[in-house]
Amino acid sequence: MEVDLPVPLQQSASTGGATVLCCNCGVPMDGTSGMAMCFDCIKTTVDISEGVQREATLHFCRGCDRFLQPPNHWISAAPESRELLALCLRKLRGLSKVRIIDASFIWTEPHSRRVKVKITVQQEAFEKTILQQSFEVEYVVAYQQCADCAKSYTANTWRACIQMRQKVSHKRTFLWLEQLMLKHNAHRDCINIREVKDGLDFFFLQRTHAQKLLDFLGSVAPIKTKKSEELISQDIHTSTKSFKFSYSVELIPICKDDLVALPLKLAKSLGNINPIVLCNKVGNATHYIDPNTLQTCEVATPIYWRAPFNSVADASLLTEFVILDIEPLGQVKGKHVLADATVAKASDMGMSEKTYLIRTHLGAVLHPGDSAMGYFLSGTVFNDANFEQLEQYDSGRIPEVVLVKKHYQRRKKHKSRNWQLRRMAKDEGELLPKKADQEKMEREFEMFMQDVEEDEELRQTLALYKSNKPRGGGKMEGVEAADTGAMEVDASTDGDDDGDSIPEINPNDLLDDVENLTIHDEVL
Amino acid sequence: MAVRAQFENSNEVGVFATLTNSYALVAVGGSENFYSVFEAELADVIPVVHTTIAGTRIVGRLSAGNRKGLLLPTSTTDQELQHLRNALPDAVKIQRIEERLSALGNVICCNDHVALVHPDIERETEELVADVLGVEVFRQTIADNVLTGSYCALSNQGGIVHPQTSIQDQDELSSLLQVPLVAGSINRGSAVVGAGMVVNDWMAVTGLDTTATELSVVESVFRLGEGQAPSNISTTLKDSLVESFY
Repeated sequence: MEVDLPVPLQQSASTGGATVLCCNCGVPMDGTSGMAMCFDCIKTTVDISEGVQREATLHFCRGCDRFLQPPNHWISAAPESRELLALCLRKLRGLSKVRIIDASFIWTEPHSRRVKVKITVQQEAFEKTILQQSFEVEYVVAYQQCADCAKSYTANTWRACIQMRQKVSHKRTFLWLEQLMLKHNAHRDCINIREVKDGLDFFFLQRTHAQKLLDFLGSVAPIKTKKSEELISQDIHTSTKSFKFSYSVELIPICKDDLVALPLKLAKSLGNINPIVLCNKVGNATHYIDPNTLQTCEVATPIYWRAPFNSVADASLLTEFVILDIEPLGQVKGKHVLADATVAKASDMGMSEKTYLIRTHLGAVLHPGDSAMGYFLSGTVFNDANFEQLEQYDSGRIPEVVLVKKHYQRRKKHKSRNWQLRRMAKDEGELLPKKADQEKMEREFEMFMQDVEEDEELRQTLALYKSNKPRGGGKMEGVEAADTGAMEVDASTDGDDDGDSIPEINPNDLLDDVENLTIHDEVL
Repeated sequence: MAVRAQFENSNEVGVFATLTNSYALVAVGGSENFYSVFEAELADVIPVVHTTIAGTRIVGRLSAGNRKGLLLPTSTTDQELQHLRNALPDAVKIQRIEERLSALGNVICCNDHVALVHPDIERETEELVADVLGVEVFRQTIADNVLTGSYCALSNQGGIVHPQTSIQDQDELSSLLQVPLVAGSINRGSAVVGAGMVVNDWMAVTGLDTTATELSVVESVFRLGEGQAPSNISTTLKDSLVESFY
């Protein structure tokens, strides 16, 4: 090993002339500085790096590319990084006795499994004599599997599990939560995600990781959690125990755009709102709007769980209506404008003259000739206790039709979009999807994508990526529509414009595409 | 002549022995090797006495003496005093001194004519030093060190002082002592020259670590060995050294 010769820092200011002889070589030197040996002799006789190791071993886990930081901590460090240098210096015994001035890597071929570090140290050799010396240390990179990797190769190694369930027939909430978690990287500590009936299971190596996701879910979604633990092993001598923790997380089974019949008592306490309401927002509480009066209310999650209720109708029951005439009443609340509308079922067009005069909160977006999706209540039987009670006592408060949202004509089912979403890598578990299920899932995802396109508020909470798929030509006019607000549709009175342009998303708002990001952590 | 010796793995010869022109005191060691070094050189000339002082072996640091006398600390036992009185020549006066600075070897540095003492030593002690040892006494420091006995080795021919002593200080001390002085180290760079060696007018004993250079300085300044008198120094190496002596 090549070792630089020590360099004395203080060159003697030989002002007083020679007063003593160097005790080693006899050369006359200035003794008043307090040194009994000349610099040349100190250089040749003293090695301050004597107690420092020149060879050491680094342990590296090939499974997760991390280095062992003794005693049992694993850190990820790039080659020639500060972290690796810190680890290397910490590895050397005897280095604490000297002062480290400089340390740097010497380049080595990565496959050589050697790391070389050049270290410069200073130490007082004698009284008032500080020596500086550089030397190289060679580290051998040895392979050792870390405990986490060892665990991951064994079955059933999770310590904590979150079982998230929503007892509804569709997956809309889960698709939304998936995007939300992807955006906030909340699933980072998961070791496995498994799809089960009515929900997802998340598995973690440590309870704190599960607790973190739980806190995240509690802040964005209306959930109820229950913790249970299972004793795995116990050491009676040290009274240490190891547990497996399971958190059962249940989401409120009400989604946005669901029609809800509130329990009469609850409706009374919420400002005597009409019990037939539409759910217009789901955060960590659920928000409802009465389409007839624009009255809104919010049901906090704990209050919901005191007297749970289900939705009367969900998005699968939406039917298309055609707006024949609409007249705003002047009452405005936020983006909602109360209006009287004359509508007809789209399926009745040309077959029946039956029209309905209703109130709607969509006065701002609907125009005569538009299509809207809504619930058709008259003549429909719902199996809901609250609804039946209302029907029995106060049937006058049940409207015939409740419009939910504007409907956009889609030309093709799979229109090429200029954006796309990331998906989480999930383990299907025992539920291997059947062909019918597969189609249902695709349909639900398509619906979710349409929701994202149509709802700007929803879009802002998600991370959208640029699509690298080639787009069909002649779609650029949509960009302009997006500039004026996605929900707002150009309502020209021109006969040739049907006012049905589908809202598109401004490409400037999109993130770089998924493939170029090469998200490796998706491989779970 | 100068010889190298070691007392039980320690190079500090001056701690475990006192050497004057009329006697030598040597500590009682586990083996007789250290004693033998003195015995071999001095047995025919002067008495070499095995002794302890106050029950300790650090006889060199606790006692101070020259041809005419020996000073001992008050902690010396009657038995030890009696033993020394029996072993030393009758011409040597022995005196116990009541002095707070009881390590007399550290605070007194003397030859047969002059003594340099610690500046804080008591007035009575100073008078006793003058009376018993028959010397002129000067209160001095050596290179700002008060322990004159530790940092100076002195004989009637010359002396070595702490290596950091400036030329000016050396000149001043040299004029007091009336002998040539040189700054130097002992035992491979150790500055405590008084504790690292013992010397009288014809021999010196230094620690085993002492280098050839240090030994040659010792021999030349104390004029030990044949042809080593300062007038005979002729090598080019010595020229520069001698130049800085005076």
